[in-house]
Amino acid sequence: MSTVAVSPKTETPRHAAFVRVTHWLTFVAFIALLITGAEIVISHPRFYWGETGNVNMQPLFTIHIPSSRDTVPTGYGYVMPDQNGWSRYLHFESAWLLVLTGLIYIVAGLWTGHFLRNLLPPRGERGVRAHWRSFTAHFRRSAPGAAQPYNALQRTTYIVVIFVLFPLIIWTGLALSPAFNSAFPFAVNVLGGRQSARTLHFFISGALLLFLLVHIAMVVLSGFRSRMRAMITGHAAIPDEERP
Amino acid sequence: MNSSTTQNPTQSPAESPTRISRRKLITGGLATVAGASGLWTADRLARRYGLIPPDHRGFFGAGETLTYAAQRLLTVHSLAREFPRSMISKAPFANEVAPPNAAFKAHQANGFRDWRLVVDGMVAHPLSLSLSDLRSMPSRSQITEVVCEEGWSYIAEWIGTPLHEVLREAEPLPQVRYIFYDSIEHNSWDSLDMADALHPQTFLTWGMNDGDLPVRHGGPLRMRVPRQLGYKSLKYVVHLTATDSMKKFGKGLGSVSPEYGYAWYAGI
Repeated sequence: MSTVAVSPKTETPRHAAFVRVTHWLTFVAFIALLITGAEIVISHPRFYWGETGNVNMQPLFTIHIPSSRDTVPTGYGYVMPDQNGWSRYLHFESAWLLVLTGLIYIVAGLWTGHFLRNLLPPRGERGVRAHWRSFTAHFRRSAPGAAQPYNALQRTTYIVVIFVLFPLIIWTGLALSPAFNSAFPFAVNVLGGRQSARTLHFFISGALLLFLLVHIAMVVLSGFRSRMRAMITGHAAIPDEERP
Repeated sequence: MNSSTTQNPTQSPAESPTRISRRKLITGGLATVAGASGLWTADRLARRYGLIPPDHRGFFGAGETLTYAAQRLLTVHSLAREFPRSMISKAPFANEVAPPNAAFKAHQANGFRDWRLVVDGMVAHPLSLSLSDLRSMPSRSQITEVVCEEGWSYIAEWIGTPLHEVLREAEPLPQVRYIFYDSIEHNSWDSLDMADALHPQTFLTWGMNDGDLPVRHGGPLRMRVPRQLGYKSLKYVVHLTATDSMKKFGKGLGSVSPEYGYAWYAGI
């Protein structure tokens, strides 16, 4: 951790203010969505493909956990407490926070050239080999230092999370709303139906959870305090007296 | 105005944290005024066009209001998806209800002949309709999906009298904003705004899949609101009240659902 390069305070911050603010708002919204989403799944831990699905129908797969409804056959002799009321209220409130924060981030990111400069892999580093290089570098104990720009693998991962996974999770979530589907029927029909949309929503949230876990692991491995400092204050520098 | 101190960006010193420049003060002030007046205008418009749900207070009120307002604006003329007959679910799932009370059992025993739908409140013509009265009114059918907030769903054909046909006979007064509806079950009531109450797919349903509506699916009379989740489709409806405000019903949150933690508006 002492390999962290010290950048003087007057330098351009590692993370722009809009990146830091939207990062933490997204973090709060995403954690709330994750917890409440899991609570809602508990009321029916069965997944289907197609338009319809219920306990009288063959599921695509079942998560073997107890349910908060006694109408769902789980094999467990007890029923979990119902948490869907506040979970649903908080799920949609957090979804609004996520979507509005995301819009600010996308507009500011395009305006400032953030995506082109910091996230799109530079020309010549867009191939498989460059990504493989940055992947294997992690196992040679040379994880990216604080002052270095993101490597190809990081950049591509962030691009996929921001421009593929988040739009997909919002789309599949909206496709679960009967009112939204009445206005935009194609949004659910092209996904193969309502239950397909629900199953996809579940898998995409799993992909986002996987990203979150790897992201936190990388933050810890590359120096938790300096990375947190960079995302809170904008500067990775650690004052001398605090360094190990 | 003297702007010489900020003319040359290379010479302007880094903003000292204790001193706010005039430019920052003016832009910040203008942004605050714009934001505040924007919120005030949004609030006025939302109230005027009925975009504030009855359960808009509390920690979840902001999200609930955004969802309701956005979906109201998006779904002005939209119809819930209807499906071909071939997609009707072979084994529709009926969610459990509380054991029927004595009043319901008495109605069931004589084949619901004395079942009444009372329509009162702010209407020109209060009504008391039997099931055969309802059946003699213009009826419609729709093949739509019941979507439970838990995640499951099924498709059925629903046959009934559109609520707007009943309201046309009762003639709600111009100031009516909500239609309250009550079940024969204890503490089981809800309400619709006029957009959903007058919606062509909102039925007082008495038939299902070419037969009478089974009791487990809400028979003899169920409110069917296909643009909202299943819990708005209240079973065993006996009473409609036209009202200009939901404040006087229960805790004033629009339905009994928010009293149990669930949202009044169930478009999602």
